[in-house]
Amino acid sequence: MQFFSYLINGISLGSVYALIALGYTMVYGIAKMLNFAHGDVIMIGSYVVFFTFGTSGMNPVLSILLSMVVCTILGVTVERIAYRPLREAPSLAVLITAIGVSYLLQQVAQLSWKSDPKSFISVVSGSDFLKPLTLFDGQLTISAETIVTIIACVVIMAALMWFVNCTSAGHAMLAVSEDRGAAQLMGVNVNATISLTFAIGSALAAVAGALLCSSYPTLQPTTGAMPGIKAFVAAVFGGIGSIPGAFVGGVLLGIIENLSKAYISTQLSDAIVFLVLIVVLIVKPTGLLGKKVNVKV
Amino acid sequence: MNIKNMKRSTRSNLITFGIVIAFYLIVQILSAAGLLTNSFKGQLVPICAYVILAISLNLTVGILGELSLGHAGFMSVGAFSGTLVWVTMSPTTPQPLALLLAFVVGGVVAGIFGFLVGVPVLRLSGDYLAIVTLAFGEIVKNVMNACYLGLDANGLHFSLKDAGSLGMEADGKVLINGAMGITGISKASNFTIGTVLVILTLLVILNLVHSRAGRAITSIRDNEIAARSVGIPITKYKLMAFVTSAVFAGIAGVLYSLNYSSLVAKKFDYNTSILILVFVVLGGIGNLRGSVIAAAVLTVLPEMLRSMNDYRMLIYAIVLIVVMIFNQSPQMIELRSKLTARWRKGGKDETKKKGVA
Repeated sequence: MQFFSYLINGISLGSVYALIALGYTMVYGIAKMLNFAHGDVIMIGSYVVFFTFGTSGMNPVLSILLSMVVCTILGVTVERIAYRPLREAPSLAVLITAIGVSYLLQQVAQLSWKSDPKSFISVVSGSDFLKPLTLFDGQLTISAETIVTIIACVVIMAALMWFVNCTSAGHAMLAVSEDRGAAQLMGVNVNATISLTFAIGSALAAVAGALLCSSYPTLQPTTGAMPGIKAFVAAVFGGIGSIPGAFVGGVLLGIIENLSKAYISTQLSDAIVFLVLIVVLIVKPTGLLGKKVNVKV
Repeated sequence: MNIKNMKRSTRSNLITFGIVIAFYLIVQILSAAGLLTNSFKGQLVPICAYVILAISLNLTVGILGELSLGHAGFMSVGAFSGTLVWVTMSPTTPQPLALLLAFVVGGVVAGIFGFLVGVPVLRLSGDYLAIVTLAFGEIVKNVMNACYLGLDANGLHFSLKDAGSLGMEADGKVLINGAMGITGISKASNFTIGTVLVILTLLVILNLVHSRAGRAITSIRDNEIAARSVGIPITKYKLMAFVTSAVFAGIAGVLYSLNYSSLVAKKFDYNTSILILVFVVLGGIGNLRGSVIAAAVLTVLPEMLRSMNDYRMLIYAIVLIVVMIFNQSPQMIELRSKLTARWRKGGKDETKKKGVA
């Protein structure tokens, strides 16, 4: 039973990674850049939820929606100011700029809200119908956060797949990711499509932030950095550019991390996660689903 | 020797060495005159270490053109191995020999890690390389944080759990105590050693850059396919640059750690890697002299502007973004060339000015 408990917590953590990884994988697929600041967008989103829901007692759903709006604006603004001028520049320059943006967001958060950890109040805590699920005569308890996280992740993933494959904006994304120049010639507004990608990725980051901090309730300016990097690992693991890949990679990574925390060593779990990345890149640089799946965003 | 007949690169190198030596002499004179504050004196060895780190990272980022985000990882393995040698050998061997061995071991161990990371990873392209080096840095930090090493009559004991599980004899000594790291180091670095190492690093890396190998490395940076097509062994030269860079990061790590009485793995984290990257970017990517100056100035400056300390990283972040956009954005490059063209024409020919713009 203990094992199942670790496994389910791992899937829950992995679902959060998957949501974050979606932002990475879509941006990487379309803009061909590694958005290092993505993890810090999560952190900003979590702070918004913390202040509106945790401190001011706003309705949790409204609070998350507000956080999504803030993150969307933030993501699109960052893209417009910092990344768009460098669209044709060498990837080294874009990468360093993204690191700069990541640092900027962390420092702004630190100066505005201080670096002391805030204890985040779970967004499902006040709810009446979301209760921990108890199975096998109380041997296995699944927390409400875990259930919400997993359901949210699956729903969002399905919605995103529908959006990309069945709407014209989604088709534009596919086209831009395949060949930016050709897409432009076909009348796709490339800049708008890239902005849309950043908007969706950042909105998902806001959801991921609220869910992450509900399960792991310490919030500080560096909260987003590690999950951000791990989510990138998940995106690479699943095959960067692929939406189902982000899901598979995220969930697998969450399971690996939680099981190694439980059975190997708490201190070394991060090292194991990164070791997975290195091994994957050496053995199969395209990731698990990188080649097979044609859904490239 | 006639300065005018010298090759341009030689002259430029001499200026770089001149700056380092001048800085050393000025500090020595000021120190003898008692004009230096203690906090500044405390910064002298870290300055040297950061200068070496910046030069070596510039070899990877500027000359080879690959982004490494794990430079602190190489610094860490170098620091730990070198310090271990120093701690175990200094009581029994003559000091200069133990110190030399510490630097050599630190450099070699970091170089081996550079090789191990480099062989599989250099086949990957830009972004992946960056993320793998980042992962390497994090792995080193986590493993060193959980690493216990002890020495007793039976030899070395190693554990990843805690000091108790080392299973040592009663007379055993714990060398690395997990997150507490290595303690009780007798300080051995000083500014003179630091300066000598800076000059050594400059000598090696400047010579490498201006050699045949250096030209091969730059050609890979500029166009890998073209370089491959003229028969340049890509992997060999990439590895050469990457391992050299790692070796000097390791040496800098030893220099840095021997300046303090204790050494913890947490010091060499992602932030340290980024700090070194800031030095490189601000000094000019590919410009080694720039790295020297930027590393020295940016290490001293925060000490002088203590009130600004809260905003230090914020300013670094903005500087990174602005420098990148200003230097690399196609529109900005065009705008700048227009401005310089206007500047040169400026005043002489008002009617032609519009045509140029």
